Amino acid sequence: MTAPAPADTAARLTGLVRALRGHGLRIGPAETVDAAAVLDVLGFADREQMRAGLAAALLRSDGQRAVFDATFDLFFPLGVGTPEAVRAEPPPVPDDPEPPRFGRPDPLRDALRERLAAALAADDRAAQARLAGEVVEAFGRYGAGSTPGSDGWSAQQALGRLSPETLLARILAALRERHGTADPSDRDLSDRVLADEIRRRIRDFRALVSGEARRRVAELRGPERIAERAVAPTADRIDFLYAGRDQLAELRRTVHPLARKLATRLAARRRRAARGQIDLRRTLRRSLTTGGVPLRPAYRLRRPARPELVLLCDVSGSVAGFADFTMLLVQAMREQFSKVRVFAFVNRTAEVTDLLRHGDDPARLAARILAEAKVMGYHGNSDYGSALGDFAEHHLDAVGPRTCVLVLGDARNNHRDPNPDALRRIAARARRVFWLNPEQPALWPTGDSAALTYAGVVEMHPCRNAHRLGELITRLLPV
Amino acid sequence: MTSGSNGNGDGTGFFTSVADAAERLAATGYLASTAVATTVFLADRLGKPLLVEGPAGVGKTELAKALAEIGRARLVRLQCYEGIDEARALYEWNHAKQLLRITAGRDQGWEEARTDIFGEEFLLTRPLLTAIRGEEPTVLLIDEMDKADVEVEALLLEVLSDFQVTVPELGTITATRRPLVLLTSNATRELSEALRRRCLFLHLDYPDAELERRIVRLKVPGLDDTLAESVVRIVGALRAMELRKAPSVAETIDWARTLLALGADTLDDTVVRDTLGVILKHQDDVRKAAQKLTLG
Repeated sequence: MTAPAPADTAARLTGLVRALRGHGLRIGPAETVDAAAVLDVLGFADREQMRAGLAAALLRSDGQRAVFDATFDLFFPLGVGTPEAVRAEPPPVPDDPEPPRFGRPDPLRDALRERLAAALAADDRAAQARLAGEVVEAFGRYGAGSTPGSDGWSAQQALGRLSPETLLARILAALRERHGTADPSDRDLSDRVLADEIRRRIRDFRALVSGEARRRVAELRGPERIAERAVAPTADRIDFLYAGRDQLAELRRTVHPLARKLATRLAARRRRAARGQIDLRRTLRRSLTTGGVPLRPAYRLRRPARPELVLLCDVSGSVAGFADFTMLLVQAMREQFSKVRVFAFVNRTAEVTDLLRHGDDPARLAARILAEAKVMGYHGNSDYGSALGDFAEHHLDAVGPRTCVLVLGDARNNHRDPNPDALRRIAARARRVFWLNPEQPALWPTGDSAALTYAGVVEMHPCRNAHRLGELITRLLPV
Repeated sequence: MTSGSNGNGDGTGFFTSVADAAERLAATGYLASTAVATTVFLADRLGKPLLVEGPAGVGKTELAKALAEIGRARLVRLQCYEGIDEARALYEWNHAKQLLRITAGRDQGWEEARTDIFGEEFLLTRPLLTAIRGEEPTVLLIDEMDKADVEVEALLLEVLSDFQVTVPELGTITATRRPLVLLTSNATRELSEALRRRCLFLHLDYPDAELERRIVRLKVPGLDDTLAESVVRIVGALRAMELRKAPSVAETIDWARTLLALGADTLDDTVVRDTLGVILKHQDDVRKAAQKLTLG
């Protein structure tokens, strides 16, 4: 990359900063100036150095890195148009842009797959990056020649045609051949994890292709729009309702760090809460030692006992991700409470505290709850009314005057009786009851949601992502 | 805010370029990724403190030691802990000595005694002030910042942004030579925005497989190459599992050393089962890993 004009650099840098702010990163003008100083010192010779330098100046936590990387690629792209390496020795262009019909030979695809298999087996990053460029160039184009605005580059289309996942067996065989471990008896233990490692490499290659396609689209539409739409959000801003399997796994990895952070915030609140009013009697008594002048006031210390927490979670399919994450989070924070009990329901309520405590694999938690706890009656649809009734009937002893109850769910009741009286009974016994709803308030009055009915009984808060959940937990829970 | 264009006013001047930084770090036995080398170079050149965050055992403290060795600088270390305060971090008046001075000069007037007992002689410098006042090149390491209370951060702000310390009785002491400052944190709590925005940020993560192989080869030279590769691969797989504490570089090296000491030449079920405790520190994790690796 050659050094562009200063005005252009400044525009790019501020564009990058604006796009990052759009993703919830807090970057002030001071950081932007630092970033400019970084570029000034490093120059434009090495892109990876620029990336590391800008990250050092602009980022403030690790969770922001993925967003930054994707956005950086858009604003400081590797090149323009066809990648230079591909332009230097162009691969044979397919005569027919449509993929050959099933069963017909596809020599270009086969050649690319061959080279990709070799590059993945050798873990050669440079070759993989080059291949990603070629793959998008060859297979990713759609709507060529049509009106501007309806053409573009698609990673989905390119990857669909290439299907790198199907290379796994071939790469494994090639690697074993090379290590001379084709015979299973020669293999050592690391061979068992080899397949997982190849899968990781293939996933990284998919990310390369997506990045390349984003870069090409950004040339057509401008980086600002692509940064806004196509860059995945940071883990703590992933919407619970729309999170995929990988995103949920990513979220689960943040459980323990987040729990630690929330615990310190709660502890800070607790410290402040312990500072009480002036204790007049003790202050006067103490003032006798200083000749009747109250030099050192004595405070009435409050020693609040830690609250008990009851979690009441809807674990039906629609909101399972939310319930799952919150259960793990609360479990990780259990030392902050004197007692934590967790109940799960779909249309019947069962206690799952033990399941949660002895569970070893958080990924299978939801499946285990559905299999081992009696959370469903004769059908598998959510029924908040009967579940709350069930709780009020059989488990109300879990709730006392020191208990804070959190109900988690979208209140989508499949048009059954919402039974707000059961919730009222719970609320009457508990110290506080909060309902956390993963849906945004605009959706509450729609469809089969009984959210407004319940919101009339207890405080209901929208809680769409982990960031918000952290805020609510530190703010709402009594200390 | 610092301007980095000239680089001679504010920087500490340890390195001339990123490549130079990487090379000289490697020469001390610290293999650095591009990100680490770049960020260290920038911290040096722009004269900004560097906040290094990352899981335990990836070499955050080692980085500071390597930097001190390169710059032939004095390493001043402030180990943070819960309850650390101004008197432990910045400076303290030597009360006992002050009292002695007052008793010794009983016949002196108050004015003389007052100017005397708040002089340099009675000042006990603690790490932050020591680093600021040094004439020689200094690397200041503020270790495990997240363990300290929030109040201490406020105390650091003056030191980190202006490299000066204000002692009310003496006035403001400004650094004659800027130290290279490293703060490390395990992210057990969020550091305040004010502190973060005064620093460059580096997240030190587990190294990629290639770098880790090189580290193992450097630190455990006796280990067979294929075995080193297997070790790194299994550690990589363990990190991909959802464990309570993923093994970090320190554990990889320990494991490699253990294997070398045991004289193992391949990783078979028995060896791994017997030595898993070296890399995994929780019983749950050991059980889960054994299950996933299908150890018999």
